Amino acid sequence: MSQTFTLDGKSIPFEDGQTIMQAATKAGVFIPHLCYHPEFKPHGSCKLCTVKANGRQTASCTMRAMAGMVVESETEEINAERRALTQMLFVEGNHFCPSCEKSGHCQLQATAYHLGMMSPHFDHFFPNRAVDASHPEVLLDFNRCILCSLCVRASRDVDGKNVFALSGRGIKTHLIVNAKSGKLSDTDFSLADKAAQVCPVGVILTKRKGFAVPIGERSYDKQPIGETVEGR
Amino acid sequence: MTDMHVEAVAGIVDRVVARYRRDPTCMVQILREVQEACDWIPPEAIDRMQVTLGVPRTKIEGVAGFYSFFYTQPRGKYRILFSDNITDRMQGNLALMERLCNNLWIEPGKVSEDGLVSVDKTSCTGMCDQGPAMLVNNRAVTRLTAARIDEIAELVRNKTSLAEWPADYFKVEDNIRKPDIMLSSQMQPGDALRAARERVPSDGLMSSNMRSWREGLPSGLGGPAAMLDEIKRANLRGRGGAGFTTGLKWEACRNAPLKAGHQRFVVCNADEGEPGTFKDRVLLTSYADLVFEGMTVAAYVIGARRGFLYLRGEYRHLLEPLNAVLERRRKENLLGPNIIGIPGGDFDIEIHLGAGAYICGEESALIESLEGKRGTPRNRPPFPVTNGYLDQPTIVNNVETFAAASLIALNGGEWYAAIGTKHSAGTKILSVSGDCERPGLYEYPFGVSIRQVLEDCGASDTQAVQVSGPSGFCVAPDEFDRTIGFEDIPTAGAFTIFNNTRDMFEVARNYVHFFQHESCGFCTPCRVGTSLLKNLMDKLHNGCGSPYDFAEIEKLNQLLQSMSHCGLGHTACNPVLDTIAKFRPAYEKHMVQQDFAPAFDLDRALAAARQMTGRDDAAAHIIKEEFGEDA
Repeated sequence: MSQTFTLDGKSIPFEDGQTIMQAATKAGVFIPHLCYHPEFKPHGSCKLCTVKANGRQTASCTMRAMAGMVVESETEEINAERRALTQMLFVEGNHFCPSCEKSGHCQLQATAYHLGMMSPHFDHFFPNRAVDASHPEVLLDFNRCILCSLCVRASRDVDGKNVFALSGRGIKTHLIVNAKSGKLSDTDFSLADKAAQVCPVGVILTKRKGFAVPIGERSYDKQPIGETVEGR
Repeated sequence: MTDMHVEAVAGIVDRVVARYRRDPTCMVQILREVQEACDWIPPEAIDRMQVTLGVPRTKIEGVAGFYSFFYTQPRGKYRILFSDNITDRMQGNLALMERLCNNLWIEPGKVSEDGLVSVDKTSCTGMCDQGPAMLVNNRAVTRLTAARIDEIAELVRNKTSLAEWPADYFKVEDNIRKPDIMLSSQMQPGDALRAARERVPSDGLMSSNMRSWREGLPSGLGGPAAMLDEIKRANLRGRGGAGFTTGLKWEACRNAPLKAGHQRFVVCNADEGEPGTFKDRVLLTSYADLVFEGMTVAAYVIGARRGFLYLRGEYRHLLEPLNAVLERRRKENLLGPNIIGIPGGDFDIEIHLGAGAYICGEESALIESLEGKRGTPRNRPPFPVTNGYLDQPTIVNNVETFAAASLIALNGGEWYAAIGTKHSAGTKILSVSGDCERPGLYEYPFGVSIRQVLEDCGASDTQAVQVSGPSGFCVAPDEFDRTIGFEDIPTAGAFTIFNNTRDMFEVARNYVHFFQHESCGFCTPCRVGTSLLKNLMDKLHNGCGSPYDFAEIEKLNQLLQSMSHCGLGHTACNPVLDTIAKFRPAYEKHMVQQDFAPAFDLDRALAAARQMTGRDDAAAHIIKEEFGEDA
């Protein structure tokens, strides 16, 4: 394991087949991301993890590390673009942090803080999206979906259930569930599913637990998202 | 839905699914055929597909929801879509659509109350030389006039079946104006293949070459390798726009290691979706043998036994004629087993129809669609030459590239390389449309100037030419001596002409709407960015634009270019940036505000209330409408 690349000037060791994101995470360096999750096949859709590798911008979650590669991540230019992407995600859906029970546990919110996002900047789209409260244990609030497809991957690849999928195209892309009625209660989804654990925002919420941990004592209240990476 | 209907739908689904061997990779074809039989894809059909295909409902709904031409809500017995390219606009498609809607008492985008008909717009249908055009149940209708619209309204009202509509409506002309080596080719079916086979250096090497084809293994020497050398010698570059060297692509695929049970594939990209291009339509209408033969030559080179033609859904009318050509070629021993007597020379071609998704012209999205999935571009590398269709080595080439390969097989690489310019060998077919006297196909050796093309097609008073469609280049008069070729202005074929009466801002706005509609939605920058861009262009159109919005457009462009997943996002700002750089006055006319003004307009927001109350008098307006109707 003698191969290395440099990330913002720091030498990062990696193993064959590792992506920039995987190697950086292992070395304890945080790269902002939303659709990436270490337990799942990289997807490369949110583009928050974009870095400049040998001068070319690319998603670090899908780009394999190569020996001697020069990677830039924490530059003002790249962070400004990441901030703009975060703002895009905020205006595309309906994200009202003060009234959202995921506030403080939410990766989108934490990433916005991390990137110093001070406003949504763009005009809101205010899409009309439904809430699905049919399931006895879980609430689906599609207003906050950022289409990361982590629940899709978890349900398909871990639970073997295909409860979730994306349908529609372009700005009309949306999350659907595996039932003719379109209701979660008519699927075989259960709280024990991996898919119930992976939503980075406040779409898949366990009922009656919303404020069990008080605001101010939540994950990202204690530790900003940029400090959540632990070298392994 | 009654039980009888459920049974009838199940019967239809079973028939279609059985014909596709219960193969979920044929999902797009199955959905298309079910819809052709049912007029839409009812939930009962999805119930049945779930059982017979053994795939989850989410997968079926995910695919059905991706493609514009699939309907999971009823859209009427007659589903009319007006082509909405800028050339259709210039030919008055919006007025014709309004006329039809008034005639039928319906609103655009909605289904009539009796469930008979729906009318809407769609992206360019590839009939720019004979527009304005529409699709009725995916059948192309060309040369629309007010009189024809009124006749169509009558036919719809009388519920006349499409088969009984006047044949003239569906007539699609080739409009070949200037043929060169390709469009004047007299190749007889099989000629190119025989020529390719004769490139075998000696009989002694034949057996290894035959094995090559049969086993999908490249042999080092002889026929296939000799043919590959000719393609390389010809300097042939892909005609789909990117201009990748065809010989290198074929060689990479030929050399890609095969896993057990895997094989190589030849895919022809006939998803001609770039607004303003229609050359592939003509090649597939009148030169199908040239294309299929080129695919077979490619199969010979790389050692493939299966090929696909991915035909855009807008060209549905070509499906039966093309299948007839394939059937004839099988009878002529030019497809199927032991082609032209080469033992083990097995290759056949299937046609897959698209269903209204421009993004499927991107090769990895096309492959996803061929596999029966949503047309989302893949993460690359790996590239299709090693991991393509069903993760197996695949070449994807444009229709015109394969046709050129036939010519090269026939006449040799040196002959081909001598035509055109140093870095752009051969000819290029241009799809000329817009403001000119003779729209249609013009084939030139590479290196022709914009000025020459304009002269030949009878264009006068030209303000601009959009070369290679919205994702290409907008060329102003002081650049008309620039030339078509990879050295200067590369093109996939579109050549759209605008005279001095046209508003170049509106041209760019039409293109931005196109990209917004066609973004696949996979990555954040393109999904949201194209919508933001569309909103900004509409803001300018509505008279609320200021220098601030200009700066925003430029920032969005930067973001789309650097962060997007694929070429669609990278190029979505091209038409805007080009027209800003070259036709700034067209924007300044729309940049009415000196300081920032909000996009929100109270009066416009009250339009729905006016419609509901049937009022449009002065008192129903907040302020005087100054900037015309919103499109």
